[in-house]
Amino acid sequence: MVTSITSFGRSGLYDWMMQRVTALVLLTYTVFMIGYLLLNPDLGYEQWKELFNGTVMRIYTLLAILSMVAHAWIGMWSVSTDYIKPTGARFVFQSACGLLAFIYVVWGVQILWGI
Amino acid sequence: MLVSVYRYNPEIDDAPYMQDVHIDIPGGKDIMVLDLLQLLKEKDATLAYRRSCREGVCGSDGMNMNGKNGLACITPLSEVVENDKLVLRPLPGLPVIRDLVIDMTQFYKQYEKIKPFLINDTPAPAIERLQSPEERAELDGLYECILCACCSTSCPSFWWNPDKFVGPSGLLQAYRFLADSRDTATKERLAELDDPFSVFRCHGIMNCVSVCPKGLNPTKAIGKIRNMLIQQAT
Repeated sequence: MVTSITSFGRSGLYDWMMQRVTALVLLTYTVFMIGYLLLNPDLGYEQWKELFNGTVMRIYTLLAILSMVAHAWIGMWSVSTDYIKPTGARFVFQSACGLLAFIYVVWGVQILWGI
Repeated sequence: MLVSVYRYNPEIDDAPYMQDVHIDIPGGKDIMVLDLLQLLKEKDATLAYRRSCREGVCGSDGMNMNGKNGLACITPLSEVVENDKLVLRPLPGLPVIRDLVIDMTQFYKQYEKIKPFLINDTPAPAIERLQSPEERAELDGLYECILCACCSTSCPSFWWNPDKFVGPSGLLQAYRFLADSRDTATKERLAELDDPFSVFRCHGIMNCVSVCPKGLNPTKAIGKIRNMLIQQAT
C-alpha cells in the first residue's frame, strides 16, 4: 500500500471510478452542446440566454463544471506524480492546479447564476 | 552487419557510449541475438551480459533489441534486424551495473511486495490442498511468468514510479495468487493494492503484452484485479 495525501480520493479505485463517471458526464454535455449548436445554426444571444435560464440547464452545466474539475485534478495529479520528481515543485504545481480548479468553479457559478 | 552495443563500465568510463562493431554472421545463418553476443564477446571479452539457459526459460538475457525488449536467446536476428543494423541496449528504466547488465533490485522489491506465495490460514490437510481442473485452469497464463523484467521495463508508468507502481510483472503475479482457489488472503491482498499507485498507475497501453517473450497478458490480469477491487467495494 502506497500512501498518498494529495490524490483526489486517497483510494486508487475511487479515483479510477470518478475519472470514468466524470468522463461520462463530460461526454454527454459535449454531445448535447455540439448537437444544440448544430440544430440551431442561427443561434442568437436571446436564445442562448434562454437556454441557460432554465434550472435544469444550470444544474447540468454545474455538474459538467464540477466533473471537469474532478477529472482534471485526477489527470493533472497523475501527470505531476509521473514527471515532477522534486516534492516542492510538485506541490507548487498541484497547488496551482487546485487553485485554478477552484477559480473555475466559482467563476462558473457566477456566470451561470449571474445572467 | 553492423551491431551497435551499449557499453558502460563505471570503473573506467565517465559516461555510457555506443560501440559500433561490424560482424560477419558465419554462413549467413539466422542465428539468435544471444549467439551474436557470443560472437561479439569473442572479439571483445570485456562485453558483459547475463545469460544462462539459452532457451527462454531462465529470463536472464532480457535486453532492448532495436528498441524492443525481449529475450536475446529466443529472438532470431531476422525478427529484429533492420537495414542490416542491430542496436543492443540494456532493459530501460533500471540502473545499469555494466554494459547490458542491469540492477534489478527495484523490480524484485515490487515482486516481494505482492507476497508471491500461497497464504492459507486453514489447518493443513493430511494430503495436498486439492484443486479442481477448472480451478487449476484459472492459473494458466499467469504462472508461466519467468520474471525476465521485459514487461515492467517497457512500461512508462514503471519508469516514472518504479518504487510505487508494482508493474506488469508483479501485478500478473499478484493476480496469480488472487485467482488461486487455495489462497485465503484475497481480502488482505486486495487491500494492499487499493491505492493510487500500485495498480491504478496502469493506463492500459499494453507495452507489456507486446513484449512478453512468453506471450502472457499482464494488462488482462490487471483488469481482473481492478474488477475484483470494484466488486469488493461496491
